[in-house]
Amino acid sequence: MNKLRLATVWLGGCSGCHMSFLDLDEWLFELAHHVDLVYSPLADVKEYPDRVDVALVEGAVANEDNLHLIRQVRERTRLLIAFGDCAVTGNVTALRNVLGDPETLLRTIYVEHADIAGQMPLAPGIVPRLLDRVYPVHKVVPVDVYLPGCPPPAQRIRALLEQVLAGGDIYLTGREMIKFG
Amino acid sequence: MAARTFTIDGQLISAREGETILQAARDHGIFIPTLCHLDGVSSVGACRLCLVEIEGSRMLRPACVTPVVEEMVVRTDTARLREYRRMIVELLFAERNHVCAVCVANGHCELQDLAVTVGMDHVRFDYTFPYCEVDISHPLFGIDHNRCVLCTRCVRVCDEVEGVHTWDVAGRGTDARVITDMRQPWGESHSCTSCGKCVLACPTGAIFRRGATVGEMERDRNKIAYIVAARDQRW
Amino acid sequence: MDLNELLAIAEHENAMRRSICIRCCTALGCQSAGSLSLKQRLEEAVAEVDRTDIEVMGVGCMGLCGHGPLVRVDPEGTLYERVRAADASSIVAALDGGEATAPKGDPHHPFFTLQKRIVLENSGIIDPERIESYIAAGGYQALYHALHEMTPAEVIDVVTRSGLRGRGGAGYPTGLKWATVAKSHGDRKYVVCNADEGDPGAFMDRSIIESDPHKVLEGMAIAAYAVGADQGYVYVRAEYPLAIQRLQRAIAQARRHGLLGAQIFDSGFTFRIDIRVGAGAFVCGEETALMASIEGRRGQPRPRPPYPAESGLWGRPTLINNVETFANIPPIIRNGAEWFASIGAETSKGTKVFALTGKIRHTGLIEVPMGVTLRQIVEEMGGGVPNGRVKAVQTGGPSGGCIPATLLDTPVDYESLQRVGSIMGSGGMVVMDDATNMVDVARFYVEFCKDESCGKCIPCRAGTAQMLHMLDLIRAGRATAADLDQLEQLCMMVKETSLCGLGQSAPNPVLSTMRYFREEYEALLADRGSAGETMDR
Repeated sequence: MNKLRLATVWLGGCSGCHMSFLDLDEWLFELAHHVDLVYSPLADVKEYPDRVDVALVEGAVANEDNLHLIRQVRERTRLLIAFGDCAVTGNVTALRNVLGDPETLLRTIYVEHADIAGQMPLAPGIVPRLLDRVYPVHKVVPVDVYLPGCPPPAQRIRALLEQVLAGGDIYLTGREMIKFG
Repeated sequence: MAARTFTIDGQLISAREGETILQAARDHGIFIPTLCHLDGVSSVGACRLCLVEIEGSRMLRPACVTPVVEEMVVRTDTARLREYRRMIVELLFAERNHVCAVCVANGHCELQDLAVTVGMDHVRFDYTFPYCEVDISHPLFGIDHNRCVLCTRCVRVCDEVEGVHTWDVAGRGTDARVITDMRQPWGESHSCTSCGKCVLACPTGAIFRRGATVGEMERDRNKIAYIVAARDQRW
Repeated sequence: MDLNELLAIAEHENAMRRSICIRCCTALGCQSAGSLSLKQRLEEAVAEVDRTDIEVMGVGCMGLCGHGPLVRVDPEGTLYERVRAADASSIVAALDGGEATAPKGDPHHPFFTLQKRIVLENSGIIDPERIESYIAAGGYQALYHALHEMTPAEVIDVVTRSGLRGRGGAGYPTGLKWATVAKSHGDRKYVVCNADEGDPGAFMDRSIIESDPHKVLEGMAIAAYAVGADQGYVYVRAEYPLAIQRLQRAIAQARRHGLLGAQIFDSGFTFRIDIRVGAGAFVCGEETALMASIEGRRGQPRPRPPYPAESGLWGRPTLINNVETFANIPPIIRNGAEWFASIGAETSKGTKVFALTGKIRHTGLIEVPMGVTLRQIVEEMGGGVPNGRVKAVQTGGPSGGCIPATLLDTPVDYESLQRVGSIMGSGGMVVMDDATNMVDVARFYVEFCKDESCGKCIPCRAGTAQMLHMLDLIRAGRATAADLDQLEQLCMMVKETSLCGLGQSAPNPVLSTMRYFREEYEALLADRGSAGETMDR
């Protein structure tokens, strides 16, 4: 039997959704029978591979690295799942949008509110540049499935993955599946 | 009091004369989503979530303020209504900064529940990320305009039940804000009796009891109907 | 005051007239072009030549506002345009065979000859600041006639049979509205005149009040008699200071002559009128918001029913009509229902006043019989677009739509304009030439509605903000075909779910331009891939 090629992606988020994924505990062994984990912050793969069947994308699109990666993910993935509130809405990652453009934001935080030796963080080539604002994933590339939750509880992730493994249309409804927060 | 018979979603039901479609539907266990409606205070028909289709009427009608008419045929759950309700809830989420994960009302929020009800798994509109004030000048309560949906339940409960009218609305359109007295900080309001009815009435985490952190706050909304009923019986 | 006294005032006023009358427009448009100092210079020039057969009269709007200040010398009817104060003495000298230095207008131009003046019958002819001038033109005789020779039911019957429909825009049958208020029970009833004209480019109601305020008062008094009201309000926006001033003066004059107040014309009928000045919110033109504002509350609409006719000001039956509707009443009572019904189109009787503006040769105020075509108005009366072609005509302001040049033969009546996706509206008519981008036009009106939304209902408050945002994305080349579909869906939602007319009609400028000029939207679209590119700075 062909195993599904699964990827998990970590954009601008706290990795809480990945933690919740790990909360699947022993069901992860069950999952391992059906999928190959081909890319993940939990696995040491440097380059996002081709022909990925399913990608769980955690986090919002906040900087140029995120933007580059999510475009690769979209190009190389059949089913792209926005995984958790940051990916679906921007959530906590997008709270910075209220404060203005990156320049103003960084100045406010690292210069004006610095306790000692305030300076603008600048490390070209090492720290990726911030985008003008934080975007939920579907505002950058088309998304196939939305899984809200901060984080989505393990049971919710499992219910989704079971639908994915079963093939057919994916349909999420009700408080257990689509409640935000 | 005369009774009225009418049809709602194919079901023939009875109602008292003068009753609204919403009251009659609820009496018969038919769910119509609402947000600005609050038992115990007047209805304003502002949120448009309870809009229903009435046969023979070109316009959609708000169930909360439309009285039942004999032989009226009402539909509460058509594809068009479902789509419009979802869009309305999406517009609210896009309008201000409703970040459920870090909200005091997380898990006890009518807006959050509505999102589930209308099947909103994501917001198709662009979020607007407006800058909104948070006023914690009052010793007991706070208001976070990031979470306010302008349902005016606080305004009505303060005016009609507490009889004070500390709350009102200032500004137009997206600049509209609920305000205390003449828009001074809540803590400097002379009229506020600190009764806390606005905290009970608020559907979201906009008006909260200070000291409640994420997910801690619950409300006992029955108190409002209780107060109103108690008064009715006294007179 | 009785009829004899009224006729005596008219007679005396007519006897005062000199044989030559130099009429100088003192409505706001010409005032802003300097007509007040011009009028003073004209008076001085007449005094200098020492001719007692010439008089100078300040009058209301003559119509051709774009060419003001306007001066007309009667009885021969010589029209002068763009008159400067320095031209004054030459105009007086021209009466003795001299040559006037001001450019002459053509009073036989279709702009004037295609008009039919009922509402504006006195406009530009009488002095709006003197009640005697109105009385001399037959003013207040209709009120006398109604009070002494007709029952309230007969008045309503005449208005009903005349076929008059509300001139505020929706076209509700006026007689039916009056009959409803008359039948409603209340310990008191009110009559309200809606003068909160707020559409961009519209100035019909302002001109009517500035040019002939007593006519509106007389119409209101007849209405009050018909429905049984004893108190009236004119709700007029603060941006119309001259209109307010002339109304105040007119009310004081009418009260002094016993034409308002207690026992009007020695009858048992009592009617007082007060002015309420609006603070500039567009939504207060909506009748329930207007009433809230009169009551001293926040000006925002409430769901209807109950309609004002049943439960209006302070919960009492209230008749609300627009300025132009009331101004139609005295002529209808004077000349009869049949006379009025013989003018205009099948379902839309009488005339309509339009404020003709935009990319057009002759801009100004016109009154035309219902049923004339847009082409006649735009091309014949307005003289068409200078150095270009007509692309579209916008009627109905932010609630209306853009009608493309291909439909210029559409007759002006309530139903025909609705069929082509616009509305009659209160009378704003903006002509656009082929240099106009229709997406920009839609954006202009949507921004207006977004700014003027009261914020009470969600579809209008948040929906118009999203419509504006999406139009900006389209204009910035950052939207896809899917976004365009979403905009259309949003428009339908806002139209069908908003609480009041403002929100329900706010999408019309978008929907009508999408219907007739979709290619202009599509030309601005990006494909899905490049839409995301804009995130790279």
